[in-house]
Amino acid sequence: MAIIRFDRPLFRGPMSEYDRMRREMTALMRAFGGYEDFPPSTAGGVYPPLNISEDTDHIYVRAEVPGIGAKDLQLSVEGETLVIKGERMTNAADEKLSFHRREIECGSFSRAITLPTRVQADKVQAKSVDGILTITLPKAEEVKPKKITVNVG
Amino acid sequence: MTDKELQVKQRQEVQQAGESTKPERQYVPPVDIFESKDSVTVMAEMPGVAKGGVRIGLEEGTLTIEGTRGDVAGSAENFLLREFETGHYLRRFTLAETIDQEKIEATMTNGILTVVLPKREQARPRQIEVKAG
Repeated sequence: MAIIRFDRPLFRGPMSEYDRMRREMTALMRAFGGYEDFPPSTAGGVYPPLNISEDTDHIYVRAEVPGIGAKDLQLSVEGETLVIKGERMTNAADEKLSFHRREIECGSFSRAITLPTRVQADKVQAKSVDGILTITLPKAEEVKPKKITVNVG
Repeated sequence: MTDKELQVKQRQEVQQAGESTKPERQYVPPVDIFESKDSVTVMAEMPGVAKGGVRIGLEEGTLTIEGTRGDVAGSAENFLLREFETGHYLRRFTLAETIDQEKIEATMTNGILTVVLPKREQARPRQIEVKAG
């Protein structure tokens, strides 16, 4: 069972507490019956929405950042905190255009998350493919599970 | 430099008349549509869709944008936090007849699809010169 330890901002909107309860229910349901598909909620969340997963050696942080190129993204790891910053530029605002619909927003973002374990900060890799940013963080040696052999006495 | 901070938007699922046979989700991608003197441009946000996963169809004046994404997360991973759902994308638009259907072009960069629909010659605004009699 994974230990979840993420810092939450003090106030994330009126729905944040409800969201937290829902997440906990999801974790509980997963623990009991492998019910994976409880829909996530992004209401009141911080951009970009993240999916975080782990295997024995790595932590994977995935973010959907469409329209933001690799050069507009800034990542840093400090201790157990991962910071993702970036900016999305306006598209084609210089020309004389008339907009029919404007649903894609522009602006800057910054998000800091506390990682569940310590990581090897110098071996963190990140790539951005088709608008999905994947950050691979190798876990620190001391938190990796160790196999202990039982000797026959 | 923009001072505005980006907000997280709730994804909308595609409402279909019939039921899908596959247990996959389809979302409505957010779009920008703008018109210039000689073309209409549609930009759709479809993160996770590669160039090969895009299908653009034009039938009877309806433009269909469809994006199929590959699976991103490995199956051997345990989820710790899940804030976004992954799924395919689908959106339809009705087009005016003034589009030159032969010359439609599309590009995909960083998860944003750009479809340029050029207007037909006769639909473009034309300056009419008034001659002195």
